[in-house]
Amino acid sequence: MGLTITEKILSKHAGREVKAGELCIVSVDGCMATDTTAPLAIKSFKEMGGVSLHDKNKFHLIIDHAAPAPNERIANLHQLMREFADEQGANLFDIGSGICHQVMVDNRKVKPGDVFIGADSHTPTCGALNAFACGVGSTDLAAIMLTGKIWLKVPHTIKVKLNGTLPMNISGKDLALFVCKHLTISGATYQAVEYDGSAVQQLNLSQRMALCNMSAELGAKTGLVNPIGLKLPYSFSPVFADEKATYSKIIDLNVGNLKPQLAIPDSPDDVHEVMQFNGTKITYAFLGSCTNGRLDDLKTAAKILKGKHIAKGVRLVIAPASRQVLMDALADGTIQTLIAAGGTIINSGCGPCVGTHEGVPGDGEVVISSANRNFKGRMGNPNAKIYLGSPETVAMSALYGCITAP
Amino acid sequence: MIYGSTHIYGDNIDTDRIIAGKYTKTLDISSLATHVMEDLDPSFHKKFVKGDIIVAGDNFGCGSSREQAPMALKAVGVSCVISKFFARIFFRNAINIGLPVLEIPGHDIQEGDVLEIYFEQGKVFNKTKSKTYNATQLSGVMMNIVKEGGLVNYLKKYKTYQI
Ligand code: SF4
Repeated sequence: MGLTITEKILSKHAGREVKAGELCIVSVDGCMATDTTAPLAIKSFKEMGGVSLHDKNKFHLIIDHAAPAPNERIANLHQLMREFADEQGANLFDIGSGICHQVMVDNRKVKPGDVFIGADSHTPTCGALNAFACGVGSTDLAAIMLTGKIWLKVPHTIKVKLNGTLPMNISGKDLALFVCKHLTISGATYQAVEYDGSAVQQLNLSQRMALCNMSAELGAKTGLVNPIGLKLPYSFSPVFADEKATYSKIIDLNVGNLKPQLAIPDSPDDVHEVMQFNGTKITYAFLGSCTNGRLDDLKTAAKILKGKHIAKGVRLVIAPASRQVLMDALADGTIQTLIAAGGTIINSGCGPCVGTHEGVPGDGEVVISSANRNFKGRMGNPNAKIYLGSPETVAMSALYGCITAP
Repeated sequence: MIYGSTHIYGDNIDTDRIIAGKYTKTLDISSLATHVMEDLDPSFHKKFVKGDIIVAGDNFGCGSSREQAPMALKAVGVSCVISKFFARIFFRNAINIGLPVLEIPGHDIQEGDVLEIYFEQGKVFNKTKSKTYNATQLSGVMMNIVKEGGLVNYLKKYKTYQI
């Protein structure tokens, strides 16, 4: 009998060996809340009788979902976060820092082997770093702020093996969409997903993050990648699954001949080949989000758009995932290329992904987006249609004014 | 005991449709009630009576971690949500804020059925169909959180988690 990566990490943090199905209380190495979830978490923390944080160095506040504030109501919530951070001496990443998940990685707030909990459903993004990263709501987070711990049921693990040599035009996002199609939007509910296989080993950190990010769309508690091939800018001891670990399911998918993937409205698991929708007119393209707003995503788009201009009647909105990404993309000329091609750069943060500000689509508009969700109303207007694809697909579609396979 | 009439929704009702992201940035919980289910069912407010029960298929509450989703349902007066199974963050959030939620795999509850719910026992009696359902048992920690009326009260009392 062996242990999965999840069982190993949770056992270490529970102080005893735990297996799938068991309840345990684990210590938390890091946690975070955003401007959507922090105000409620702070309120609950105070209602619980919280006076000071269990460990101020392990708690991070990020203002990313509606930043800078679009109205006075949200401005006041941001103030509340700033005041709380000041009062507690906690880390605050203010407007322009970027999307919480990216900010945590850029600033090395999550590391291999950690238990990391975020009050944001896409927290599994950080599973790419070989950590157990899991999303919760505000009150669960408040409990961690107070106690430094969380209770969890150790999840069973589904192993998803992606085999083959990745074709040139296929990215981590295409793999994520392909997995969504196979597992469906509820296919990993209450479970962990471990990604493995030769195709995954070829992925860099950014692509691994895109893959783990959409574990949230499978309903998973967390998503992790076999750390073989993982390169980080510091040394670390990887946590591998035991060879005899028990999985609830092992899924083998061959991706050697995979074609670019597209989720069509209104669900991230309604996935088809982009080609089948070639020619569908779009007016709005969004490049960004915690799935695909990283440097290599922007570079990929810039490569496609270099020396060209997006189609007439199309808006291309670009939100770099973090300040670091923005600075790197400025330094190498990526941003200049995207602007010259007609793109509009907005503040590093969630941008229009969640429909609060900075680019809400109009009635009847068709959007191609590099984000992770296309539920009805997701971008702020239930009368717009959202297609999800890779940065390549978004750039090609912006260029031609219609959905176009890279 | 919870007693009420049911409104049926399908599979995979996501948190964006329970309460859209644009309304979530607030601590004014009553404003959430105004917009609950807006994109999913524009007639919701016309037919919903305080104390009614929401019954769904698979995976109710999938999507975002926003606790505003169960809060909005609680604020509008939903007395209980029944689903074949819930998305995990929604499920935890609902228990944490004291909104009764029950998983009944394979239920056949229909629109307008009148239910009598014994939440802590996990028993649901469908008066319309004269039929009893057993809900999936909550884990020990969750049951204790329920008994205290939510996680805030639980931690006020115990200071830390107990298993
Ligand atoms: S970019 Fe979108 S999906 Fe990611 S954290 Fe922000 S709102 Fe959520």
